[in-house]
Formats: sequence, C-alpha cells, structure tokens
Amino acid sequence: MAATSQISPQSYNYDIVKKFTIMALVWGVLGMFTGLYIALELAWPIFNFNTPEITFGRLRPVHTTLVIFGFGGSALFATSYYIVQRTCQVRLWGELMPTYTFWGWQLAVGSAAVSYMLGYTQAREYAEMVWPIDILIALTWVAYLVIYVQTLRRRSQPHIYVANWFFIAFILATAILHIVNNMAMPIGLFSLSSYSLQAGVQDAMTQWWYGHNAVGFFLTAAFLGMMYYFVPKQAGRPVYSYRLSIIHFWALIFLYMWVGAHHLHWTALPDWTSTLAATFSILLLLPSWGGMINGIMTLSGAWDRLRSDPVVRFLIVALAFYGMSTFEGPLMSLKSVNALSHYTDWTIGHVHSGALGWVAMITFGSFYHLIPRLWETTMYSTRLINTHFYLAVVGIILYISALWVAGIGQGLMWRAFDEYGNLAYTFIESVERLHLPYIMRALGGLLFVLGIFVMTYNVYMTIRKAKNEKAEFEAKIADKMATAQ
Amino acid sequence: MDFNDMRAYFSVIMFALLIGIYIWAWSKKRKQDFNEASNLPFNEPEQPLPVTKNNTNGNSGEKI
Repeated sequence: MAATSQISPQSYNYDIVKKFTIMALVWGVLGMFTGLYIALELAWPIFNFNTPEITFGRLRPVHTTLVIFGFGGSALFATSYYIVQRTCQVRLWGELMPTYTFWGWQLAVGSAAVSYMLGYTQAREYAEMVWPIDILIALTWVAYLVIYVQTLRRRSQPHIYVANWFFIAFILATAILHIVNNMAMPIGLFSLSSYSLQAGVQDAMTQWWYGHNAVGFFLTAAFLGMMYYFVPKQAGRPVYSYRLSIIHFWALIFLYMWVGAHHLHWTALPDWTSTLAATFSILLLLPSWGGMINGIMTLSGAWDRLRSDPVVRFLIVALAFYGMSTFEGPLMSLKSVNALSHYTDWTIGHVHSGALGWVAMITFGSFYHLIPRLWETTMYSTRLINTHFYLAVVGIILYISALWVAGIGQGLMWRAFDEYGNLAYTFIESVERLHLPYIMRALGGLLFVLGIFVMTYNVYMTIRKAKNEKAEFEAKIADKMATAQ
Repeated sequence: MDFNDMRAYFSVIMFALLIGIYIWAWSKKRKQDFNEASNLPFNEPEQPLPVTKNNTNGNSGEKI
C-alpha cells in the first residue's frame, strides 16, 4: 500500500488500551471471586457470617456489576479502542476524552460495588446503581460515543470494518437503554433513593427491555465486534463471509429490541406481548447462528490451528458456547418451556453458559492476542494459556450441568401434585435438594476463577518480560552508540 | 390516524427497510467493496496515517 510508506509523526493511542486491559483483568478477578463466594454462600449459608454487607442479596449485584461492567465493559473499551484505530488506520480521537472515559468508568464500577454493599440500590436488575452513578455512567458513555464516531469520521479508509459496526451499535443502544431505563425522580436532593418514572407493568417492561438488550447489545453485539476482528487475525485469514456478517448484523439489530418481554411470561403482561416476544426470540436463532457459523467457518482450511494454537481454541470454543446458549435461550423463551424454567436455577445456568462460555472466553482469547502486541513482546508462557483453557472449559461444563440438574429438578418439584391435587413438595424440600448441585456449581466456579488467576499471573509476567526486553534493547543501543564514537 | 396506526406503519417500514438492506447486501456490486473491507484487518500499517483536514491517503472522500 502506498499509504504505509508515509511516516507519521503520530502513533496509535495504545496507552488507553493498556489501561482498560489491565482494569478488565482486575475487575475480572474481583468479580469472579465474588461470584465464587456467593456460590459458596448458597451451598453453605454460614458464609454470611451474619454480616449484612456480605450477604447474598448485596453481593449478588456486586458480582454481576463487576463482571459485566467492570470486566466486560473495560474489555470492550480496550478492544474497541484498539480495533477502531487499527482498522481505520488513524489515532484515536481526542487525548483527554479517552482518559476521562477510563476514570469515569472505573469510578462508576467501583462506587456501584461499594454502594451495593452498603445497601444502596434501586433494585433494577443489572441497573442497580443509584441515580448519581447513573448520571456518571451516562456522561462517560456519551464521551465514548463522541470519541468513537469522531475516530470513524477521520478514518483513512473508505470502508468501516464490520467490527466497528457492531461496536457503534453497542455504544448507541447502550446509551438509549441506560438513559430510558434509569429515568427516576430522587426523593430528595441529598437522597440516594428515587422513584422510577414508570409504574406497574410498564415499569417491568421497561426494565426487561433494558435487561435483555443489555444482553443483546452489550454482551452479544459488542463481543461479536471483538470476534470479527480477533478471530480473522488469529486465524490469519479474512472472515468466512463478509456478506453474512452484514446480514446477521442487521438482523440482530432489527430483532433484538422486541424480545425483552420473554422475561415476564405468565405475569401481568398482556398475552399477545408474551407471544410476540417469544416469536422474535425464535427468529433470533437465525442471526445468532449466522454469526456463529461465520466465526467458526473462518477457520475453514486452517482447522489444524485448533490443535496447535491455544488462542484459537479459546476463540472457537467461545463461538461454540455462543451457538449453544443462543439455542437454549429461544427454547427457554417459549411460554411452555418458560413455565418450567422460570424462577429456577436453569436460568442462572443459561446466563453463565453465555457469560462464561461466550463473553469471558472470547475476551480471554482476544486478550491473549492483544496483550503481546500492546507490549511488543510474546506471551510469557503458552503452557499457562493451555492450563487456563482447560480450567475454564471444565469449570463451565461443571457449572452449567450442575444448574441444569438443579433448575429442571426445581421446576418439576414445584409443579408436581399428589393424587389429591395438593402440591407434592413443600418449597423447602426443593431447596434442600439443591445442596449437592450447589456444591458442584461452586466447584465449577472455583476452576473458572483459578483460570483467570493463571491468566493474570501470565499477563503480569508478560508485562515484566516486556519491560526487561526494552531495557536490554536500550542498553544495547547505548552500547553501540558508545563504541561507534 | 391515531398513535396505534403509526406504530403499525412504523413496523411495516422497518420490515421493508430490513428487506432493503438484504437486497443491498446481496447485490453483485457490493462484492468488490466487501472483499476490500474484509481484508482491512490485514492491511494495517504499524503507524497510523497522519490526520489532515482532507485526508487524501487512499481515501475516496466517502464519510459515514
């Protein structure tokens, strides 16, 4: 390319990418450990230690916030800032603004976690933050949008690579969802409590319109953006079908917004709304599997990489879990299946096959590609990447199969009647039955947490190695300069 | 025309738009563009291109 021969005075803004990458790992370790802890609390309630700050009810939103927004969010900031610069071949727009998004985001995640432990919440799932934190998030997010659009605008390429389309949809949709769902009136100027602007079933609808699209745009579209860059890069070949990527992108965008109501089957919601949500959930199978096939088939002709490259293995297993959980999801959105699965641990199992199997695995794979490039070195240990891979996969499988057993059992017990038409089981009997599956789930979680510890150690050693190599290189240069004189 | 009619029309327009995008994506003219775009991750210079007011480095002038 003619363009590459030009020497630019500027360089890519990797500093901001590095910061977000490191914080993603920090929040990942904290958030996943919190998850393990509350899993232990469920198996052995004694772990509460009668301390309100660390009871399940308060630590659960700490866990979800740290892993979704802390780990996932920081990983998305990092990879989107990296990808937009590389594929547009320009430096990230702005100098202060990206730094502001970093500190704004970290402050929001940190203060949210602390406020939940102190008991401050607005009790909306995945949007528990009290109103001042919501405002901070909104401001940070608008800055993110401005940076992203401005960088795209000054790209030196005629095309906008498909990964950026996914990221821009994610940023835009998250802004809309966050602002609409958090419309609230504080009960006083100096009070952290507030009333939601909506009431009753509209309020529930708004919450699950937000909740499911947080899954759709934050945990799916954005991580597909990651996938569309890092899978081709690591496989060394362009994406299987660029056309399919466009098709499934727009199908996701047009379909996702309709499905939130499937979280409210058999409630005060009108029946037709439930049916509509279930119908669109089934339709979503098409774009979801389109994306999965597109990612996996990118490896077509290079399947041996699965054997030789642990990073490829992370990425492809992530896609396999994406395919599996986007099959399970539409199934569970059917009203008849939902009657069995809702309010049981099957739902939690489903979420984790998506969150651990898809979101976390694609992030790990992408990071193992990204980190050596950011610090201009190679990973400290390939064996540790392999160790991480097996710990994570075995952990996920234990986790989700334990919760299938737990959840389907719960659902069946709650709907069982005896010969006189009375409920066959008391509620507490269904709780007692969960003890063993809960222990197995905690064991799966433990393996997954060990995995991210291994990764963090590997990354720490990689960064240290990079610093040593740089120092050695500079010493050599200085030596040469000295002898030349 | 009440607000619910607007909702129905809006849904129909969205559906037509989606079909329109499919036709656009499948048209033969897109093939060249898609090929170029799908190779973007492999044409990365290690340094970004300089930013000027009218970026002329291989830019067709097309903006979003």
